[in-house]
Amino acid sequence: MSILVDSSSKIVCQGITGNQGSFHTEQCIEYGSNVVAGVTPNRGGEEHLGVPVFNTMRDAVAATDADVSMIYVPAPFAADAILEAADSGVGLIVCITEGIPVLDMVRVKAAIADSDCRLIGPNCPGIITPDECKIGIMPGFIHRKGRIGVVSRSGTLTYEAVYQTTQNELGQSTCVGIGGDPVRGMNFIDCLALFQADPETDGIVMVGEIGGTDEEAAAEFMQSEVTKPVVAYIAGVTAPPGKRMGHAGAIIAGGKGTAEDKFRALDKAGAATVRSPAELGSKMFELLSS
Amino acid sequence: MNLHEYQSKRLFADYGIPVPQGVPAESADDAVQAAGKLGGDLWVVKAQVHAGGRGKAGGVKLARSADDVRQFAEEMLGKQLVTHQSGPDGLPVNIVYVEAGSDIDRELYLSMLVDREVNKVSFIASAAGGMDIEKVAAETPEQIFSVAVSPAAGLQSYQARQLAFGLGLDKTQARQFADLISRLYRLYIEKDASLVEVNPLIVTKAGDVIALDAKINIEDNALFRHKDLLGLRDTSQEDPTEREAAEHDLNYVSLDGDIACMVNGAGLAMATMDLIKLHGGEPANFLDVGGGATSERVAAAFKLILSNEKVRAILVNIFGGIVRCDLIAEGIIDAVKEVGVSVPVIARLEGTNVEKGRRLLAESGLDIISATDLTDAAKKAVAASGS
Repeated sequence: MSILVDSSSKIVCQGITGNQGSFHTEQCIEYGSNVVAGVTPNRGGEEHLGVPVFNTMRDAVAATDADVSMIYVPAPFAADAILEAADSGVGLIVCITEGIPVLDMVRVKAAIADSDCRLIGPNCPGIITPDECKIGIMPGFIHRKGRIGVVSRSGTLTYEAVYQTTQNELGQSTCVGIGGDPVRGMNFIDCLALFQADPETDGIVMVGEIGGTDEEAAAEFMQSEVTKPVVAYIAGVTAPPGKRMGHAGAIIAGGKGTAEDKFRALDKAGAATVRSPAELGSKMFELLSS
Repeated sequence: MNLHEYQSKRLFADYGIPVPQGVPAESADDAVQAAGKLGGDLWVVKAQVHAGGRGKAGGVKLARSADDVRQFAEEMLGKQLVTHQSGPDGLPVNIVYVEAGSDIDRELYLSMLVDREVNKVSFIASAAGGMDIEKVAAETPEQIFSVAVSPAAGLQSYQARQLAFGLGLDKTQARQFADLISRLYRLYIEKDASLVEVNPLIVTKAGDVIALDAKINIEDNALFRHKDLLGLRDTSQEDPTEREAAEHDLNYVSLDGDIACMVNGAGLAMATMDLIKLHGGEPANFLDVGGGATSERVAAAFKLILSNEKVRAILVNIFGGIVRCDLIAEGIIDAVKEVGVSVPVIARLEGTNVEKGRRLLAESGLDIISATDLTDAAKKAVAASGS
């Protein structure tokens, strides 16, 4: 078992004929993901990377029964692409695109609030269920099928958590990169709930960072709803206030969003916090061995 | 992108938001001329810098004569203004804004930003204007009123009433206030602002509601659709190293320590800084070379790092996902050869093509200290820096 995606997921790639879309879709196919179609307006009828290209998401879904969309559309057009995906009826949208204007995402969040689809991202590495389905830009080979659910706002720190849980022979059930933007789709709480309900997930590694209060909300949720062991790390203890640290969402503003506040909330909620990102895997190993 | 007060007020005026009359000036002569043009017998001379706290730092002066205006403009122009937000070196004052004086009855606070908890544009208002709003929020939260706007429905009249009653405005003022914030909302959306702050928003003795100060930040990610605003950028207010980094697509933030880091990915870059601190060192910078790091970018990153004279060791931490470790290694080798790195370089590579990358570094003949994992890398960097 896993969460959200597995070997039966049928994926359509929006922006498949672009540079990024082509490169990463090819990698996903190589990993074994079931990519069934691509969408690029005005390129309908062509074939790319061995799959048919459609003009619209509706056409693609009608022809292939796809249930997941993976988006590599450039930032100025990405909000439109997300809404088109939501309209097409797919259940999961994974938006990799970085640099989407925040106000576009404010509108997107409101527009998809009533629909049944889930959004991962934007500005994220994507989601992977090892050995079954990779949707995104993560390096597949560091993953290993296993028992740990990973959820993170940062791309390379997700890889770090994955690499360490692989080294410790725990492996991963599913890894979700929820993205570094301030306004995004799924959040820590959504993923924690899914991992808690997933019988194959024995422990959860959660990697947060400065900015916003989502980690604090996750801590509160954890206290009442999560019984599985959680190892948590927050990046940005040394980040100065008021400065954006790479990610659009990584900023301490108005005294809110500091790493210390988040660590405190997670400690209080009973999570096993680690001050060093090098201890994500070993800590989880320790918790599951005791 | 941050705008100056005089630029923000020009945008306010374009949207019909009431602001005092004012003229920007680049010299004391121009400032005096501006005061003459504005008329009256009371002016405010305001230093134009991208930092708050100007009043306490001597960057806002009340002038009662043309001589006053000249004197204040001369004192401010060409100087660095140090405020509690500007950093220790301050920011250069190249422009002063000369404004007609206002008869202030009450000072209020008003701002707009995207509230990340509800994912909506929100207004924040307080009757405690002119004060440090973070302090007000911490000490007397009951004095803060906020409303979140539905992107579909837009700002509603009841929301304007909630804020107006909270601010204790009378009926006429409340009507003016409602008109003002509906114009602000339109500006915020149409210009892709990331922050609008009016501190203070004043009620004059005549009972009018006016924006006495104005601060607008435009979201960088949205600038592609605001070519008209690009000319408002004032690079003299930006950190020169951070600006140069941006030109190379690098994310760089200067810090005070002596161990530089070069990392791929924002989260890992922050984590690397934290690790240095955890093992007793002080990070000199945040630097994310990005997912698609090329050897040119790595070389540019090294040059940036070395432009900081405090740096005594460089920690390179790369988790190769899409980036191949061998390419990064080549970049490091080229950069070290080209730039002539005089401080110890510690490299931790992991991920795609890591063996090849490590071999390249080992065989390069250069003095690059190889680290096996995160902890090892941080310890070696701290030891190498001598701290």
